[in-house]
Amino acid sequence: MARRPLSPPVARRKRRELSTDMAHVESSVPAPAILQEVNPAVFPRAILVENNRSFAWITDKICGIIEGKTPAWWWICFVIACCVASFTVAGITYLISTGVGVWGHANPVNWAWDIVNFVFWIGIGHAGTLISAILCLLRQKWRTSINRAAEAMTIFAVVCAAIFPVFHVGRVWYAWYLFPIPNSNWIWQNFRSPLEWDVFAVSTYGTVSVLFWYVGLLPDLATLRDRFEAAGNKLRSFLYGLFAMGWRGSNRHWSNYEMAYLILAGISTPLVLSVHTIVSFDFAVSLIPGWHTTIFPPYFVAGAIFSGFGMVMTLMLPLRAVYKLEDLITQYHIDCMCKITLATGTMVGYAYAMEFFIAWYSANPYEGFTFINRAFGPYAWAYWIMITCNVITPQFFWSKRVRSNTALVWILSIFVNVGMWFERFVIIVTSLARDFLPSSWGYYSPSIVEIFTFFGTFGVFSVLFLLFIRFLPIMPMAELKAVTPQADVHGGHDHH
Amino acid sequence: MSTAGTTITDPTMAAQNYGLIAAFDTAPGLYRAAEKVRDAGFRRWDCITPFPVHGLDKAMGVKRSIVPRISLVGGITGFITGMTMIWWTGAYDYKLVVGGKPLFSPMFAFPVSYELTILFTAFATIGGMFVLNGLPMHYHPVLKHDQIRRGMDDRFFIVIEARDDRFDAAKTRALLEAAGGLDIKELEA
Repeated sequence: MARRPLSPPVARRKRRELSTDMAHVESSVPAPAILQEVNPAVFPRAILVENNRSFAWITDKICGIIEGKTPAWWWICFVIACCVASFTVAGITYLISTGVGVWGHANPVNWAWDIVNFVFWIGIGHAGTLISAILCLLRQKWRTSINRAAEAMTIFAVVCAAIFPVFHVGRVWYAWYLFPIPNSNWIWQNFRSPLEWDVFAVSTYGTVSVLFWYVGLLPDLATLRDRFEAAGNKLRSFLYGLFAMGWRGSNRHWSNYEMAYLILAGISTPLVLSVHTIVSFDFAVSLIPGWHTTIFPPYFVAGAIFSGFGMVMTLMLPLRAVYKLEDLITQYHIDCMCKITLATGTMVGYAYAMEFFIAWYSANPYEGFTFINRAFGPYAWAYWIMITCNVITPQFFWSKRVRSNTALVWILSIFVNVGMWFERFVIIVTSLARDFLPSSWGYYSPSIVEIFTFFGTFGVFSVLFLLFIRFLPIMPMAELKAVTPQADVHGGHDHH
Repeated sequence: MSTAGTTITDPTMAAQNYGLIAAFDTAPGLYRAAEKVRDAGFRRWDCITPFPVHGLDKAMGVKRSIVPRISLVGGITGFITGMTMIWWTGAYDYKLVVGGKPLFSPMFAFPVSYELTILFTAFATIGGMFVLNGLPMHYHPVLKHDQIRRGMDDRFFIVIEARDDRFDAAKTRALLEAAGGLDIKELEA
């Protein structure tokens, strides 16, 4: 009970003097003499589950969402999402039956919305892996309440992302040529090409994300299996039980499980960084001005995390309000997410500035022209939307008052999503529309089929996400229980 | 699929017991009891917890998991697979010069090999975890315990198997009682 919050001025004064590690000394252990001398500050650890909720409360709260009657709003959202998703189905059906020419690509802009949308969706997915993997390695325990939904978001975003390059190959029934499978031409894939690297990066990313998500779900599926068994729902008990693999909470299992989870977190971290690095290689390895830059990998990764956190907030804040999850997604969680958005948004802003600086400093006239053209050329409108949404919007998160206003945070998170879509549009389209020879310049506009297909992917994503929140536990119950005070075998509350 | 919640009415069916199960209401209570069971020298026993209890491995005397070794094997296999595949397809099976670049170079083979390293590590880690845990196992005596549902919710259990050399129905029950175990029951196999 030594973790009482100090009055703010005392805490602030002592913060300068001491490392935060000192605060973790258990009250039951006699303090070393040195601590008397230096008189360390006792920082309150952020409370991750508010109102001192019990284990059973957490189980009932999360499982109750699945076990309860399907709410009316869910059906309304589901029907709307299905209607929106039908636009993608219609757009793709028309594309397959007619040809890839129904998209607005034409010389010189041969990559346009398809690749913009691909990079946009992949980037959104990255926050899920960041939350589940990197924050796990950094022992940021606040991740527990948002990681399940964020990982689901990753998987669904990868699904939406994959639609675009797969259909952009034109004859989609040959899409398996992307993989090294023997074919009648006897020819193999060109492994010198970053596009082929991308095939492996994205498919590995999708697979590992699903595996990581599934391993996290395993104990919670066992909880649901037993609850449905007790409630007499044989079918659902069988289905959850099938995927729970007979999990029985054995500590000998937990020991291997936790090690496996840690390793998955450890390999997902370089994976998520490599995926967007390789996506950026699609551009950086080419010779187009505005693409051929070494800043691309870190700049793309920062942008991906930025957009991903934007999407996490867009999804989680309404869920928190609808399901009354304020005790599990606390103001502290929102603060953390806003701060990461602010940090990565500022990094992206730095990258924009650095691109301009290098364009000037390199004294390369093509490079210089490209960047002047981005800001003041025919696509200037897109450039300034990008700057406004990505660089200016996150600066509001400096203010604690803004971070505490959930509605405002949600609106700002939408701006982040919009801004990051425009970033990819600016990078891809402006560089291609005005390259080396003015005689080949052009202006690209999307066709209605492209607009439909992209619009529909929001429906595809929403359908999948709604199914997820209806049928799977939206928060990892086992992990949440492990961060409550009563889970601590040394310092917790023991009434015996 | 679980059989939790079913009760066996015929007592003759419980001829061969699997072992004893005792419940604990708190994590610290379970922790101290686990230390006692460990010190009593039992080997075939287990704790059932709704979440990974920090430090319980030490209290139980469970050794560090060997999953990382399996992961390492998976990772090395993945990297070699990537390099070999790219060399074999591009520089051996069908030689094709593209853009005047070499038929094989570890530089351009690296990104794909790197991704395959991660992919194979992931499969090895998860496969290894399942194999070491003996999962999937949809039938297990522990899952037949009518209270086990709370082991996935908010309660803790210790199970001592009858197969353990030191197992003695009366003495083991007394040990669990002394350690603070509640609702001690015999589990039928």
